[in-house]
Amino acid sequence: MSWSTDEMMTVAASRALVGATTCFVGIGLPSTAANLARRTSNPGLVLIYESGTIGAKPDVLPLSIGDGELVETADTVVAVPEIFNYWLQGGRCDVGFLGAAQIDRFANINTTSIDRGGDRPSLRLPGAGGAPEIAAHAGSVLIVVRHSPRVFVERLSFVTSVGFGSGPDDRKRLDLPGAGPRQVITDLGTLEPDPESCELTLTALHPGVAVDQVRDATGWPLRVADDVITTEAPTDGELAVLRDLQARTKEAHRARTD
Amino acid sequence: MAELTTLREGIAELIHDGDTVALEGFTHLIPTLAGHEIIRQARRDLTLVRMTPDLVYDQMIGMGVAGKLVFSWGGNPGVGSLHRMRDAVENGWPVPLKVDEHSHAGMANRYVAGASRLPFAVLRGYRGNDLAASTDTIATITCPFTGDELSAVRAINPDVTVIHAQRADHDGNVQLWGIVGVQKEAALAASRVLVTVEEIVDRIEPRSDAILLPGWVVTAVAVVPGGAHPSYALGYTTRDNAFYREWDAISRDRETFTTWMTEHVLESAGAGR
Repeated sequence: MSWSTDEMMTVAASRALVGATTCFVGIGLPSTAANLARRTSNPGLVLIYESGTIGAKPDVLPLSIGDGELVETADTVVAVPEIFNYWLQGGRCDVGFLGAAQIDRFANINTTSIDRGGDRPSLRLPGAGGAPEIAAHAGSVLIVVRHSPRVFVERLSFVTSVGFGSGPDDRKRLDLPGAGPRQVITDLGTLEPDPESCELTLTALHPGVAVDQVRDATGWPLRVADDVITTEAPTDGELAVLRDLQARTKEAHRARTD
Repeated sequence: MAELTTLREGIAELIHDGDTVALEGFTHLIPTLAGHEIIRQARRDLTLVRMTPDLVYDQMIGMGVAGKLVFSWGGNPGVGSLHRMRDAVENGWPVPLKVDEHSHAGMANRYVAGASRLPFAVLRGYRGNDLAASTDTIATITCPFTGDELSAVRAINPDVTVIHAQRADHDGNVQLWGIVGVQKEAALAASRVLVTVEEIVDRIEPRSDAILLPGWVVTAVAVVPGGAHPSYALGYTTRDNAFYREWDAISRDRETFTTWMTEHVLESAGAGR
């Protein structure tokens, strides 16, 4: 089966959830990948959405973190202060799954505003949401984002969520309990923090992608691992499950229900 | 006991120009039609508070109701940006909008402090990011027992909190269930509480998964069936995902937005409620 680069990214992200017990899920690409994982690589994965739904098992992908589908299939539903205080700050989430509008070489994330230069007002983004504390408290963090020089930038306009700050000692200095970003999965490949410097380093290329393509799509001089591997292409099984999930979601969201 | 009222009278009596008003609802049970009534009554210079301002706040901001927004995530969930909110922040249209911006964890705790009648709440948050420097409602505090450095966030105590719920009885006892968000905290933090409900029942059947707000903490209740649309009331209505997508095109352009609001809100039958 042929596949798109977005499908490769989603499948790679779902594979990164192998071994996790609980995942704190953001909407969009992270939610798609986490729901795919629950149907392929990690059937027991407990999905936690910031709306307070713990153990949600949606049949179609939710459009928002508060769709009825999540409530009706959850193990339990708790209030929002509880989800953040007891379950996230309390250290009960193995993996946090985040997207980004801008990301830098230390996997710090901006989702607040983008400086457009000159006299133009800054571009206003939706804001922090749950991300700063997910980035701080989840056991580790996975970031899924499409690769482009506008996203992978030398300097963030605003630091909304901290990855490794300005280097290897910052998480400890800032008293951030989680281990921080483990992988950044894009439509071109996978970046991982260097074990010593914490700088994002290209460690895997998706099939058919060249190193220079990733360099061109990155706004800083990208470090490349000595032994870059090639990601295994999506299997027919993974693609079938993903496409079925997306087709059912499209059908469900088309039905206007007022 | 809470007064049973109409939406029009409830808004007229409880919400005044310049008030701090929280219309809460975390994706579920969003009091949209109450927001429309605030727009029709042309309130001005409100400080609007909500963790997740979405379509109804985009509409209120675009109609010039708000002077300030206190929030943690302002977007159209699963769709994209709020174009009216962006226009107000970036270009001051139709009026400039100040923002006090937090994370979800911070906002949730600000309501908890408000409901607890404490001046602030404490969390392990905001460490190393730029949010604290952009507002005066986040500060660093040292734990008197361990010496840990923690973040303090200032309590939120709205003049009025407005929520939508599944049902109430004739004494104004209010029951809501499903995703209950931060509504209990927002209600108990406020000076006045207005609740719109799907229906009034003679007797509320207890549910183990429900929140009950006793009539003696609620100021007024108005029956507004479908009052959360395009959000939903679990057990009564379903989320209109298609409308969330349609809003993107309606709201992108000032003129299209104004025309839509005139037709669907200013001149709508809702004005007669």
